[in-house]
Amino acid sequence: MRLSRRLTAAVAAVAITAQLTGPASAFCGFYVAKADAKLFNKASKVVLAWEDGKTAVTMASDYEGDPKEFAVVIPVPTFIERKQIGVVEMKTVDHLDAFTAPRLVEYNDQDPCDLRVYKAVPSVPSMLGRAADKAPSERHRGVTVEASYEVGEYDIQILAASESDGLTRSLTDNGYKIPAGAEDVLTSYIKQKMHFFIAQVSLDRMELLGHRFLRPLQVRYETKKFMLPLRLGTVNANGPQDLIVLALTHKGRIETTNYRMVKLPTGMDVPLYVKDEFGNFYTSMFDHAVAREDMRAVFLEYAWNMGWCDPCAAEPLQNKELVELGARWIGSDDERAFSGSDAYVTRLHVRYDAQHFPEDLVFMETRDQENFQGRYVLRHPWTGEASCRAGADYRRSLPVRFAQEADTLVRLTGWKMDEVVARMELTGQPFLWR
Amino acid sequence: MLLPAWWPKDGRYFQIAALGTLLAFSLSFLDLGARALPSALAIASALATQAICSRLWRLPSIDLRSPLITGLSLSLLLRADEPWFHAAAGIIAIASKFVLRLDGKHVWNPAGLAIVVLLFGTDHVWISPGQWGASLWFASLVAFLAILVLQAARRADVALFFLGCHAALLFARAFWLGDPLAIPLHQLESGSLLIFSFFMISDPRTTPDARLARFLFALAVALLGHYLAFFLQMRPALYVALIALSPVNPLLDRIFRAERFQWSAPSRKEASS
Repeated sequence: MRLSRRLTAAVAAVAITAQLTGPASAFCGFYVAKADAKLFNKASKVVLAWEDGKTAVTMASDYEGDPKEFAVVIPVPTFIERKQIGVVEMKTVDHLDAFTAPRLVEYNDQDPCDLRVYKAVPSVPSMLGRAADKAPSERHRGVTVEASYEVGEYDIQILAASESDGLTRSLTDNGYKIPAGAEDVLTSYIKQKMHFFIAQVSLDRMELLGHRFLRPLQVRYETKKFMLPLRLGTVNANGPQDLIVLALTHKGRIETTNYRMVKLPTGMDVPLYVKDEFGNFYTSMFDHAVAREDMRAVFLEYAWNMGWCDPCAAEPLQNKELVELGARWIGSDDERAFSGSDAYVTRLHVRYDAQHFPEDLVFMETRDQENFQGRYVLRHPWTGEASCRAGADYRRSLPVRFAQEADTLVRLTGWKMDEVVARMELTGQPFLWR
Repeated sequence: MLLPAWWPKDGRYFQIAALGTLLAFSLSFLDLGARALPSALAIASALATQAICSRLWRLPSIDLRSPLITGLSLSLLLRADEPWFHAAAGIIAIASKFVLRLDGKHVWNPAGLAIVVLLFGTDHVWISPGQWGASLWFASLVAFLAILVLQAARRADVALFFLGCHAALLFARAFWLGDPLAIPLHQLESGSLLIFSFFMISDPRTTPDARLARFLFALAVALLGHYLAFFLQMRPALYVALIALSPVNPLLDRIFRAERFQWSAPSRKEASS
């Protein structure tokens, strides 16, 4: 086995290159963002369904490397039986991702001499995950293989360890390179009575099943520990990583109890040219927000009842999709769009490293059902004739509005004002600057 | 220390100023901080309940300083999906001071009791412990410590006892787990921990009279809180620990009554403050 194999974890396992999805039709509008640029370089995506201790963790990846190099080590709070492990279709996770992603909305100014009616057009940058790395294991000093399962294209082992050196040795003896520092973290998890869930890919079964990509793995268990392990993933990380948490809950928004949460800036009017580079805009804005918070905050990107959306960034999820993602309490798993009120989604985005996020993320479910979404507004000026007096006023007001939009964009993204001004001029939003 | 004549002799003025500043900051700058209407309801209901109960119990005067501190604490700590839970919290807190008494002292810290009653009695409230951030946390710690010194509150030692015990337990746990120091240090960085330490467990009306008893009490709350948090995964563990253990205070007062460590005269106007 190659030395380049590194122990990655959980959440962390999922290395990731995210990219914008292409355009697709949406429930109450259509996508306008078409960028196909990569969004966040190292990001992972986790769906966390939680109902009073009943937990389902779904880890998404679109790992494109050699499948035999793929493996994850995930600390879990309990022993896991075969029936508690499943494989989820990637498109279901992507659907929830697209449904909750920050969105661009377009409005057209109406004839200023006429009554104004707005119409919304949502768009969305979505993230696709992609995993890296790998690790399996066998019985070794102080290490018990509690169970081995075959689940879809994955071979799974559940390990319990009494000593971290036994665990690390059994992993290294199998060819996995354990990064310096991982042993301490493993020790900590072992003392907290965590078990270890290790998954690798069976090439034979992957071929047999005809899958080209690894499907997301889901683990279900019951625990009072409402958390996501980050620490193993920070051990061998090259710089900060991004994590998107999509939490499905019964009663309301979740929040981190041990890290401050900040809302993503939202609701601003931005220049029209942002439409063509929404992906860029979103990543710059996120980078900027992370820097402003000194990388010490978890960002809230979406919080809404799953029963409705406005504007919708994607088709509402079907009952069976929500159940597939672990929201088994909703009482129906048919193909109808979910229209109940007992499923709430929270989308969190965190950029983390060991220095700024020393502890695993700990969550709690609140009863807060207030709506929040990352939403950015494009206002197309009225270009028709407007010969009334209001029309003249309207035209006079436009440069002021453009200047405000430019200012907002610079403030949100840290982009250079003169570049913004130049781009706006090219896209029909000229104004005098300075 | 030579202080000007206008300098307030009652340390609660400083506490009110600190909590008021914190609330203003929370309302203005924290995304998931306090909310205006619930805060107003918590404060108003606490003040009104104090006024009404003072009349009913025929107290010579109505002292609004303590209920104001209670209302501010509730505003900062408690979150609910409906604003009227804050009103209920203010009423429960202050009414408990008048109704639930033993040996001339009220048994439970008012804000702490209201929080625990609503947490366990309803499905609508929660505590937001992680929303302050490091800078606000540090500024608050400095301010609260300064107040401790300024008011020279003799009972305030319990805040330091408790913070010391709590920190020692967190560091011991990290040492046992082999975790880096950054983890217990980060765990201490909780705004609700500061409010708890400086305004709840240190409430002079609900702490034992003797210093040794106060230390034992602080240690017991820290131990129980630790158990609830790390073994039972209970999030508002400290509040539950404080409320669960407060009834032993009268017992501690009896056991340690003759001790030479007793250095604080029994309070004179408990109910009014």
